[in-house]
Amino acid sequence: MSVVSVPQPVPLAGAAGAEPAPPAGPLAPRARLFPALGAVYTAQLSRARVARIPLLFVATFQSVGIMVLMRGVVGAGSGAARAVVSGSSVLVVAFVALNLLAQYFGQLRAAGGLDTYATLPVPPASVVLGAAAAYASFTVPGTFVTAIAGCALFHLPFANLWVLLAVVPLAGAALSGLGAALGLLAPRQELATLAGQLGMSAALLLGIVPPGNLPAPIGWLRDLMPSTYGVQAFAATFAPHPDWTGVLADLSVCAGVGVVSLGLATWAFRRAAYR
Amino acid sequence: MSTGTQASDGGPGAAGATVWRVRGLVKTYPAGRGRRAGAAVRANDGIDLDIRAGEIFGLLGPNGAGKSTLVRQLTGLLRPDAGRVELYGHDLVAHPDRAARLIGYLGQESSALDELTVALAAETTGRLRGLSSRAARAERDDVLDELALTPIADRPLKRLSGGQRRLACFAATLVGDRRMLVLDEPTTGMDPVARRAVWAAVDRRRRERAATALIVTHNVIEAETVLDRVAVIDQGRIIASDTPSALKASVEGEVRLDLVWRDQPPLEIPEVAALRDRAELAGRRWTLRLPQQRAREIVASVTGGPAFAALDDFTLAAPSLEDVYLALGGREKGLVKA
Ligand SMILES: Nc1ncnc2c1ncn2[C@@H]1O[C@H](COP(=O)(O)OP(=O)(O)O)[C@@H](O)[C@H]1O
Ligand SMILES: [Mg+2]
Repeated sequence: MSVVSVPQPVPLAGAAGAEPAPPAGPLAPRARLFPALGAVYTAQLSRARVARIPLLFVATFQSVGIMVLMRGVVGAGSGAARAVVSGSSVLVVAFVALNLLAQYFGQLRAAGGLDTYATLPVPPASVVLGAAAAYASFTVPGTFVTAIAGCALFHLPFANLWVLLAVVPLAGAALSGLGAALGLLAPRQELATLAGQLGMSAALLLGIVPPGNLPAPIGWLRDLMPSTYGVQAFAATFAPHPDWTGVLADLSVCAGVGVVSLGLATWAFRRAAYR
Repeated sequence: MSTGTQASDGGPGAAGATVWRVRGLVKTYPAGRGRRAGAAVRANDGIDLDIRAGEIFGLLGPNGAGKSTLVRQLTGLLRPDAGRVELYGHDLVAHPDRAARLIGYLGQESSALDELTVALAAETTGRLRGLSSRAARAERDDVLDELALTPIADRPLKRLSGGQRRLACFAATLVGDRRMLVLDEPTTGMDPVARRAVWAAVDRRRRERAATALIVTHNVIEAETVLDRVAVIDQGRIIASDTPSALKASVEGEVRLDLVWRDQPPLEIPEVAALRDRAELAGRRWTLRLPQQRAREIVASVTGGPAFAALDDFTLAAPSLEDVYLALGGREKGLVKA
């Protein structure tokens, strides 16, 4: 019942006395930007495969459903038809990259999950870019399915669908950067989810309704949405003689917005992770 | 024998050199605003710590004592309001980013890894610690083997039990071989086998690679059995810091007496009524902390007199770290014995 009163020796013999530590011990290396980005990308993609496939179906069905509805009011092969097919295809990207990514980062932040990344020697840009790239590339099949269904429904040419391979990553960069920034900056998780959903609704309405019919303020709002330029670029490729310079210009806007919004998201990550 | 809190300053008896030196750490969370208004919380109120190379150092305190707040400042996650933190000679307040290059950290949360498989969680963590994919895979395999996680390597974390998930996160913490391990309540929810695996892995790294570990716990038994030294933290302050046995020696001569009454305690007996004012009451259980001699007298009089008829059970026990905590003035009831 009595207790031994001798303090136990601290293990590790050798060093004598608790002197100040020797100056600056060795630091383990940092993870470099691209390998770390690759690791985050791989992890996120596997995660998406487990958890997000049903949501990708939802996104695709939503877009196909919208096209079926619009088929009743929009003539096949018309300019409006191009806008509808293009808008519905890019909507899949908006759903996943903007809405789901805002939700993901909102949740991660609320549950303290950012600590995991913040205590690893990894550049914040790797985490944000890796997650954004995974979410964006995850949308590729859904976008193609939607575009093919749309072309069939509205009798549009299939020839230039390859341009989606540029539209998805560039619109994806712009939208996922925005989604990540919303998720990381929203003061509360519910607000992050709400902002992501509003952003997606805006992409839906402003992307699919043909621009000519919009009142001026809504037109400006439309010009502010990065998805608009992806929609415009994709729609233009259905023309018999596409204006490739215009397509390139629109895609450049996506790329520019992508750089800015991913930069913003990286800043937001740093701010949220280290307080 | 015991030198109380002075021992943490490293007297001549100290073995390892101080590798983690913390001085005057203060952190206050601002008062909530709007609907969640509340007073500001001073979660850390002037913390000093010295952790030596090769030791397993513990932070023991009830929930809300400020342990996680302290650990988050030590790992570069949270900026202190005031104070200094030096690890292996690096100033972590000025360079919080260096913490990630020195420390393997297991936080209380695992949500970032939850949807990954056990194997991918470990491998990804290794790659984010700067390992090549080949090195990350090799270390992953070794660590999963060591912790007997290989059979469930392909299961996603969120499909595992709480204890298995915790062990998988611990495995990820070990990949990338850090000299300093910081583990915030590492064994929460684990069965005894998993707990032993954790402590064996920590001990092995300490023996083979001179690793040092800082462990947060509110589990008294664990603190007594695995820690070399422990700082007892209460309401944002360190109220003692020494080896578990030295701390217990500070309450040596005291014992804990538990009296459990069948029904109503016989308060009409004056001796019993007098005890009531000194006891900690929890339903029918009274707990008293007393000098051994006095405890024996009470047991003799209660079991030999008329009070015995009302007594259901009694126990006399040696002091635990919980008694130390209470003797030092700890006021919360959040320590766990399991
Ligand atoms: N982010 C926060 N904002 C406001 N108060 C907090 C925050 N985190 C912790 N606290 C408060 O600070 C105190 C210490 O908390 P914590 O460090 O988590 O304790 P422990 O880890 O010992 O249980 C508690 O009163 C807790 O409510
Ligand atoms: Mg805690």
